[in-house]
Amino acid sequence: MLIVENLHASVDGTDILKGLSLTVNPGEVHAIMGPNGSGKSTLGHVLAGRPGYTVTAGSATFLGQNLLDLETEERARLGLFLAFQYPVEIPGVSNMEFLKAAVDAQREQRGEKPIDAVTFMKNARENCKAVDLDPAFLKRGVNEGFSGGEKKRNELLQMLLLQPRLGILDETDSGLDIDALQVVARGVNSMRSADRAFVMVTHYQRLLDFIEPDFVHVLAGGRIVRSGDKSLALELEARGYAWLEDEVA
Amino acid sequence: MSQENIDHAISREYSAGFVSNIESDTLPPGLDEDVIRFISTQKKEPEWLLEWRLEAYRGWQNMAEPGWAHVHYPPIDLNGVSFYSSPKSMKDGPKSLDEVDPDLLAMYEKLGIPLHEQEMLAGVAVDAVFDSVSVATTFRGKLADAGVIFCPISEAVHSHPELVRKYLGTVVPRKDNYYAALNSAVFSDGSFVYIPKGVRCPMELSTYFRINEAKTGQFERTLIIADEGSHVSYLEGCTAPMRDDNQLHAAVVELVALDGAQIKYSTVQNWYPGDAKGRGGIYNFVTKRGVAHRDSKISWTQVETGSAVTWKYPSCILRGDNSVGEFYSVALTNNFQQADTGTKMIHLGKNTRSTIISKGISAGQSSNAYRGLVRMSPKATGARNYTQCDSLLIGDRCAAHTFPYIESRNPSAVVEHEATTSKVSDDQLYLCQQRGLNAEKAVSMIVNGFCKEVFKELPMEFAVEAGKLLEVSLEGSVG
Repeated sequence: MLIVENLHASVDGTDILKGLSLTVNPGEVHAIMGPNGSGKSTLGHVLAGRPGYTVTAGSATFLGQNLLDLETEERARLGLFLAFQYPVEIPGVSNMEFLKAAVDAQREQRGEKPIDAVTFMKNARENCKAVDLDPAFLKRGVNEGFSGGEKKRNELLQMLLLQPRLGILDETDSGLDIDALQVVARGVNSMRSADRAFVMVTHYQRLLDFIEPDFVHVLAGGRIVRSGDKSLALELEARGYAWLEDEVA
Repeated sequence: MSQENIDHAISREYSAGFVSNIESDTLPPGLDEDVIRFISTQKKEPEWLLEWRLEAYRGWQNMAEPGWAHVHYPPIDLNGVSFYSSPKSMKDGPKSLDEVDPDLLAMYEKLGIPLHEQEMLAGVAVDAVFDSVSVATTFRGKLADAGVIFCPISEAVHSHPELVRKYLGTVVPRKDNYYAALNSAVFSDGSFVYIPKGVRCPMELSTYFRINEAKTGQFERTLIIADEGSHVSYLEGCTAPMRDDNQLHAAVVELVALDGAQIKYSTVQNWYPGDAKGRGGIYNFVTKRGVAHRDSKISWTQVETGSAVTWKYPSCILRGDNSVGEFYSVALTNNFQQADTGTKMIHLGKNTRSTIISKGISAGQSSNAYRGLVRMSPKATGARNYTQCDSLLIGDRCAAHTFPYIESRNPSAVVEHEATTSKVSDDQLYLCQQRGLNAEKAVSMIVNGFCKEVFKELPMEFAVEAGKLLEVSLEGSVG
């Protein structure tokens, strides 16, 4: 589904990714861990096509297409979803309007008509329940005045409505209390299927107690320096990252 | 998002920019007393009105063009402007819609303003003003049943001279300012509305202004009188062909809200803004003002997206106790457009209240200024004003300015002013694009969200229209 090979990328002239390779198959859940500044979030933004993030070498294909040739919105319409670490506010644009526009953009890609408002409302309300968000949030401005936890749940709501092929979660667990964490985990687990994959960027092993990954990768110095199964996360929890960085050096 | 994307998203073509090939009688350029006499004779005006015009003209000759607005343009050569143009087929004036030139009707169709009553938006009566002349007013029968007078002002001069004479120039005096004086001297046509006591006007009233002829100025004059306890909602729309030279539009609008009356005046202004290099476009120098008597309310809502230069301050004189003034404005400038717009709220009566919500959006290399005056007179005990003034910048080559003036001479009066400036951020665009929206859609959604407080004040159909207009006007602003 996603094949990243020897990816080099820079932001504002600083090299962040330095030869990263990663293969994600349908049905898999990958966890990306690593120390601060290792390039975890950059990976998500480079794949999503954030302006200002420049790929200097390497390749990335998604569902057989050269990801790096596509515009940001084209990648999204193909089914690549990034749950933001710091979701931005868009004052005055109702969450409802925003979500419907996003859903309709995907439908347009598939040659379908815009979704009718009644069906959409119903879906949106149901999914609000699933992420434990009051449907009143649908009428508020996008993330406008939302608490940190509400913003994260709103990201999850968007993912549930858009049903992407690949969900990249950028530290969705940070700043969440244990209840909210379980809500997020429940949402992701409900979406796991044979034709969908997840890449979860996280600092903490805690999230992996609720969403069990198939693979755990450690990112350090812009590259994946170690891959393993869930037990690697436990080892990291116990020993930290320093020993790995030493090994690589 | 790159500047290139922004530019692309706000650079759409001006869709109302076609020229209609309609034969017209156009006065040679230039202005003197003979021109004014000619206009007056054409309209078979009574002697008092000719004198009124000439007095305005004499006053105007001693006035200078105002230079205080935050706009820059080369001096206007009024000797190059024709002050009167009328479609030839209108010589004797149509008695009904059936007699209106089919070419004219076709042009309005093309603009999306069908004048055939059966095709009209339900509940909207339209007066169409083409260059200097009102060409059609719809639904007059239905309005007459309610006692509402809605007709060209040139006609009201004959059919209701007592009303015109009583109120004309009482809100905007003949020599109020340079452009108002010029308008008073040469005004050609415009709409006249009278709502009788206690009547709620049964439909939206709308005037549609179109400049077609080259090198003509449009000087329309609108007078709306809402008698005691009456209600009216009025909407004006404007477009003009694309031309390389600038054209002058200097209108005057006077509103009179008598005791307990309510007037809602909405404008969707889409005059030709000039091209992407700043050539051509309308100079829109307009004086709009209303007088609110006891317990009455005047509400201005404007969506300004057109014109090369806009100079416009729809104002309220809150004369009567407990009267209310409102001003809701969206002003969008793109490319090389310049706007200096805002309002004046003059609180004279006790417990008068005013609200100002202004949303300025600047894109391209444009300049957008809010200029507002809130004056609390010594007698305005208990008066209140709330002003909110927000600016949104798109790209990094445009400018936004705010010039609030507050004069309070009554210690019990309360004046609040809030102002913000923000940018359409790259992060907002990125979020939208990551969810599959393209840049144009994202910008228009963000801008619409920014304007929401104003759009909700517009009549329903026009709120949708305004949203679309904004989208078009923003084209190419995102890059």
